[in-house]
Amino acid sequence: MTGLADFLLLVVAALALSIVATSRLTSAVRLSALQGVALSLLPLALWGPVLDRHVLPVVLMSGGALAVKAVAIPLLLSRAIRQANVRREAEPFISQHVSLLIAAALVGFSFWLGRALVLPRPAPTPLLVPMAFATLLVGFVVLVSRRKAVTQVVGYLMLENGIFIFGQTLVEQVPFAVELGILLDLLVGVFVMGIAIHHISREFEHIDTERLSALRD
Amino acid sequence: MTGLLPFLVVLPAATALLALALRGLRAGLAILLGVALLHAAGTAFLWRGEASKSFGTLLQLDVLGLIFLSITSALFLLVSLSTIPYILRGTHDPQAAPHRFAPCLLAFLAAMTLVAVTQNLALMWAAVEGTTLASAPLVYFYRRRGALEAAWKYLLLCSVGIALALLGTFCLGVAASGGPAATAGLTLEAFRGAAPAMARPWLKAAFVLALVGYGTKMGLVPLHTWLPDTHSQAPSPVSALLSGALLNCAFLAILRFFQVCVASGDFAFARTLLVVMGFVSIGVACAFMVGQSDYKRLFAYSSIENMGVVAVGVGIGGTAAYGAVFHSVNHSLCKAGLFLLAGNVLRVFGTTSARKVRGVIARIPLTGILLAALFLAIGGLPPFAPFWSEFLIFQAAFRGPHPWMGVLFLALLAIAFLGMAGTLLPMLQGASGEHAPRAREPLLTVLPPFLLAAAALAIGLYPPPALTDALRRAAVLVGG
Repeated sequence: MTGLADFLLLVVAALALSIVATSRLTSAVRLSALQGVALSLLPLALWGPVLDRHVLPVVLMSGGALAVKAVAIPLLLSRAIRQANVRREAEPFISQHVSLLIAAALVGFSFWLGRALVLPRPAPTPLLVPMAFATLLVGFVVLVSRRKAVTQVVGYLMLENGIFIFGQTLVEQVPFAVELGILLDLLVGVFVMGIAIHHISREFEHIDTERLSALRD
Repeated sequence: MTGLLPFLVVLPAATALLALALRGLRAGLAILLGVALLHAAGTAFLWRGEASKSFGTLLQLDVLGLIFLSITSALFLLVSLSTIPYILRGTHDPQAAPHRFAPCLLAFLAAMTLVAVTQNLALMWAAVEGTTLASAPLVYFYRRRGALEAAWKYLLLCSVGIALALLGTFCLGVAASGGPAATAGLTLEAFRGAAPAMARPWLKAAFVLALVGYGTKMGLVPLHTWLPDTHSQAPSPVSALLSGALLNCAFLAILRFFQVCVASGDFAFARTLLVVMGFVSIGVACAFMVGQSDYKRLFAYSSIENMGVVAVGVGIGGTAAYGAVFHSVNHSLCKAGLFLLAGNVLRVFGTTSARKVRGVIARIPLTGILLAALFLAIGGLPPFAPFWSEFLIFQAAFRGPHPWMGVLFLALLAIAFLGMAGTLLPMLQGASGEHAPRAREPLLTVLPPFLLAAAALAIGLYPPPALTDALRRAAVLVGG
């Protein structure tokens, strides 16, 4: 079933690039929700057919990822956008074209990295490691190139998604309780960030993090 | 007492929810104090060695964890005491939401306890991230723009930094996956067993990512920038906990990865990295301490400096590793006391600008004298405990293959001392400007810092054998 898994991995990476390309906050959140859907199917596609003992944890992990990454977090973020009543453009520091070029270059770099780093035990599909790093690095680009608090959170989510993909190489080693703990942290984290965004918008009447720069030496 | 470890984690977590549901200010404080006492009693019981030190594969306590758990528990008790006058009369801010204070503090305690008592590296990661989430609302306790900015930087920078540490944890899992211990879970024990056969590139990648990731939380340069903002904007009892307990939790997380490197037998690179990052942290902190005009920021930069000292100590190894763990205990005692005293100064003078504060000893003598004592302690003067720990690190550096490291270490510490003196001493001296009368000093605002200063002095004069024994065993775990 690596065909389906490869397809999902490519979808995740393509969505990452389209998040860089989009200029609207709401569509960035929607695309990241779609990325969550593709991501939550990944454990099933990778491990469903081969594992017989671990079926229940894998199904639960998929369900948890779906609930958190594709439903709960996008809802929290779109509520934050509505409440903050912000201008809907993502307002990058670097122009959209340049950041897209950088992101594309990083995807290429990830393929090289995936080839250079030899896994002690081969990954379930050769695309897994490159796509994990690609998602992670593109998330970094979004994180540092945008000034809206919401898009920074989306970038952080992509970073976490990349790590989630990478974690698929270790599905037999990570206890289920720990997987749940990581997802719970992510959910609470975005919840707290959402509250912070709400306060920022009320206090400053905008959510530009660029103007959060009064504290310095 | 097999359930003592889960009890120590679950008790504050459950009571956090209870305090959140009750919403009452006094009820919250009562719960906070009760839990702090129970937690300290439970931790003290662990020192007697009768309680079970493991609970399944998820919770396991070794001597390193015990030392850091004890610091956290003791500081939490003292900070809870000083919270009482702070919340009941000292906030000055109609917009603050004091009923959130106790629940967040309790959740913070639960997360920090979990960091100390687990040896499952992925669960430890979740707990470290939990400490960020529980303490971010505390940083934004005062509804000011500065506090909001600090809380946002803290949340985002630490979350991103710690995400790298999760990647590092997974890299360690990958490094171990070639050997026979592949299915044993991400526990320290399994990793140390598998370490000699680990794929070296992945082990190194794991350590670098963990050092940068948890180093963000520990306040190591270059990802330290959130720390001065957060520690200066947070309410003083929270700053005391952030600096005294939380930085140590992040340090413990780095030590866990270092333990795996030690077990692999191939850890020169890890030592070099720690020494370099440590020295850079001390240097950068010194640069910002000289002429620093905000006394809370001054203490925050001093925390960065001391975390650098600790990193250098572990990196040098041998007796310096003993000194490093010892110093992290000493730094916690002193810095928590200093931040609590900074809260007293802020309450009376109403500003964090050191230039506008004069005559602290004349106006609030107990706070002033304790401030002077703790300044001398953290500055590394005998007979206070930090002198001994810093001396051990200096000695090991000087006798090692690179004596210049010892000289550099000493020079940087001298700069930090002078920088701190330049800001702090003028504050203490002088008559207070506008003939202001002596201000009241409620008992609970000076008792906790007094106890901390007394502990720093007592450990310096006569270190308890139980402590030195625990430190010695802890140093062995980190290659000492």
